[in-house]
Amino acid sequence: MPNIVVLVKQVPDTYSERKLASADHTLDRASADAVLDEINERAVEEALQIKEAQGGEVTVLTVGPERATDAIRKALSMGADKAVHVSDESLHGADIIQTAKVLAKAIGTVEGYDLIIAGNESTDGVGGAIPAMLAELLGLPQLTHARKVEIDGTSVKVERETDAGRTFLEAALPAVISVGEKINDPRYPSFKGIMAAKKKPVTTLTIADLGIDASEVGLANAASQVLESAPKPPRAAGQQITDEGDGGSKIAEYLVSQKLI
Amino acid sequence: MIDFRLEEEHEALRKTVREFAREEVAPVIGDYYERCEFPYEIVAKMGRMGLFGLPFPESVGGMGGDYFALCLALEELARVDSSVAITLEAGVSLGAMPIYRFGTPEQREQWLPSLVSGEALGAFGLTEPGGGSDAGATRTTARRDGDSWVVNGTKAFITNSGTDITRLVTVTAVTGERDGRKQISAIIIPSGTPGFAVSKKYSKVGWSASDTRELSFADCVVPASNLLGEEGRGYAQFLSTLDEGRVAISALSVGLAQGCVDECVRYVAERAAFGHKIGEYQAIQFKIADMEARTHVARLAYYDAAARMLRKQPFKRQAAIAKLVSSEAAMDNAREATQIFGGYGFMNEFPVGRFYRDAKILEIGEGTSEVQRMLIARDLGLTRPWQ
Ligand SMILES: Cc1cc2nc3c(=O)[nH]c(=O)nc-3n(C[C@H](O)[C@H](O)[C@H](O)COP(=O)(O)OP(=O)(O)OC[C@H]3O[C@@H](n4cnc5c(N)ncnc54)[C@H](O)[C@@H]3O)c2cc1C
Ligand SMILES: Cc1cc2nc3c(=O)[nH]c(=O)nc-3n(C[C@H](O)[C@H](O)[C@H](O)COP(=O)(O)OP(=O)(O)OC[C@H]3O[C@@H](n4cnc5c(N)ncnc54)[C@H](O)[C@@H]3O)c2cc1C
Repeated sequence: MPNIVVLVKQVPDTYSERKLASADHTLDRASADAVLDEINERAVEEALQIKEAQGGEVTVLTVGPERATDAIRKALSMGADKAVHVSDESLHGADIIQTAKVLAKAIGTVEGYDLIIAGNESTDGVGGAIPAMLAELLGLPQLTHARKVEIDGTSVKVERETDAGRTFLEAALPAVISVGEKINDPRYPSFKGIMAAKKKPVTTLTIADLGIDASEVGLANAASQVLESAPKPPRAAGQQITDEGDGGSKIAEYLVSQKLI
Repeated sequence: MIDFRLEEEHEALRKTVREFAREEVAPVIGDYYERCEFPYEIVAKMGRMGLFGLPFPESVGGMGGDYFALCLALEELARVDSSVAITLEAGVSLGAMPIYRFGTPEQREQWLPSLVSGEALGAFGLTEPGGGSDAGATRTTARRDGDSWVVNGTKAFITNSGTDITRLVTVTAVTGERDGRKQISAIIIPSGTPGFAVSKKYSKVGWSASDTRELSFADCVVPASNLLGEEGRGYAQFLSTLDEGRVAISALSVGLAQGCVDECVRYVAERAAFGHKIGEYQAIQFKIADMEARTHVARLAYYDAAARMLRKQPFKRQAAIAKLVSSEAAMDNAREATQIFGGYGFMNEFPVGRFYRDAKILEIGEGTSEVQRMLIARDLGLTRPWQ
């Protein structure tokens, strides 16, 4: 009966306008609706499918500001059993290495975990490095970009898919896996799930609770700094080609000029 | 003073259904609509997320929610598409609810699990080719013959009655006469019963991806135990479920009205004419402001009717008012939205064209606007001289 921890992150809704705060180039959280990252819905779904087949328990873990409770609630509504929320003012502007360290410490508070499931990359940060960093920090095997996961009592098998092709991996539990878009179709929470979520336990921790000092984290202590940011330039008007018998070759010329063919 | 803030779980449900409508319905429904095809896959997904079980207790396989939860789901679905919304509305309030409310333990056990999970659909046949508003004028008959009912007659415009997953139609039929008045009862007819014929789908102006059919019964024999509720009380029972259904149709209408606002706000920021975005012209802004105002008022009307219903206070008048103002708001908004979209508004590939076609039925189904006005007037004590 596997004990699974799912890493979930709240991100700005891709349907709303997303921008960075002009003062410190961190995410402008006020400007967009915040949602549970879709790739993390898939991570939760995978954990729930394993639980439905084999029993066990699913804990969701997030490092994020106070309103990330909404993302936690969503994961609990889908069917996860409990949650750990690391929330601390001093994490504002935390970079990817700090986030991985905090996650590693927080996972330590979940007793006897067998499997950690993350998304392969988030839709806002798009770092794609947390799962690997975490595995490194915890000294666990990492099986990333999974499109299929199978576990038995002691090991996990993963079908890994990247642009280059597929590989088939196996590792002993406990392990860290990250899932890709094709892993499954996440369920929508039912009203029963929504009501049950209200009664599920959520442990809120500060970094002090995890034995981390505020001087190790936050924007000021990030390994890299954002110096400048600019929105994407608006799309230029399209170019119209009128077919006067030579339309085909004109299109080909254009594609060549754009180095597309 | 009361306020209409939603409970946390109702708000979470609203958001979930909104997401579902946006991600699972919006991208595909246009094609179903154009092909006049019933969207089995979407309905199955709605079933899996528990929408057909919303107002039923967990003891019968439901979600443990209430009728207001169903209304919120209908509003959010109809904001994107009315065919799927009416499929849910009819499946729950006409298909499953009468069986939950009036069924025997055996009937509930036999039918509810699959209806509440959305794996099967039920329908309710009241309207006949000869008349719908005057439902007391039912001509379909059910004659008792030993341990059976023998049903004869025709029903018109019955939603969800002929899909591949339809399991039953509850029909109203005359079962006798008392003191010179027709006795009307409700009888469950399982799909596929010999003598029960389902016609092909009507070609409709709107709701094109929903299933509506004419049904005919020729010496159709069902067991006596298929009587739903009390003999001779079928019509009265049904009237009580109609009051609830009106609140649901009102929610669905508010969704359509809101969908018109959503589409227009987006479109007028993109479309330009005479050197400006059309949304900068006050004539357009005022249309949209009026649309939003009508939607808001209509929403408050159905919230109020639903709140009274859940508090078990009389709500007949409020339900009629909500149905009346929201279906008219939907119709008005659809007309204005189509106008704002110009020629594109008349194209089926734009949602407002679909909204335009879908709005009219809201002023007709589950009691016409005239019937709503009759109910309100009657509730105010206004009588008619010949009665
Ligand atoms: C309090 C706080 C404030 C922050 N403020 C800002 C800010 O203002 N601006 C800004 O740009 N970034 C901010 N961050 C984001 C932080 O830098 C990223 O969470 C971190 O760098 C991860 O990068 P990624 O999303 O690219 O990870 P990826 O490696 O792309 O993520 C892969 C997977 O790792 C898991 N994961 C990633 N992050 C988390 C997390 N936080 N909790 C749980 N699981 C996770 C998920 O499963 C995810 O799918 C903040 C973080 C915290 C905690
Ligand atoms: C797509 C669709 C789905 C439907 N689904 C179902 C279903 O699932 N089950 C079901 O039983 N029925 C269903 N109906 C039928 C619907 O409920 C009826 O069409 C409606 O009640 C009106 O009845 P009618 O069509 O017979 O109109 P009529 O009753 O003939 O009315 C014609 C006109 O006369 C007006 N009128 C009638 N009486 C009066 C009066 N006393 N004073 C003033 N005006 C009056 C009406 O308002 C209307 O404008 C559906 C209809 C449609 C189009």
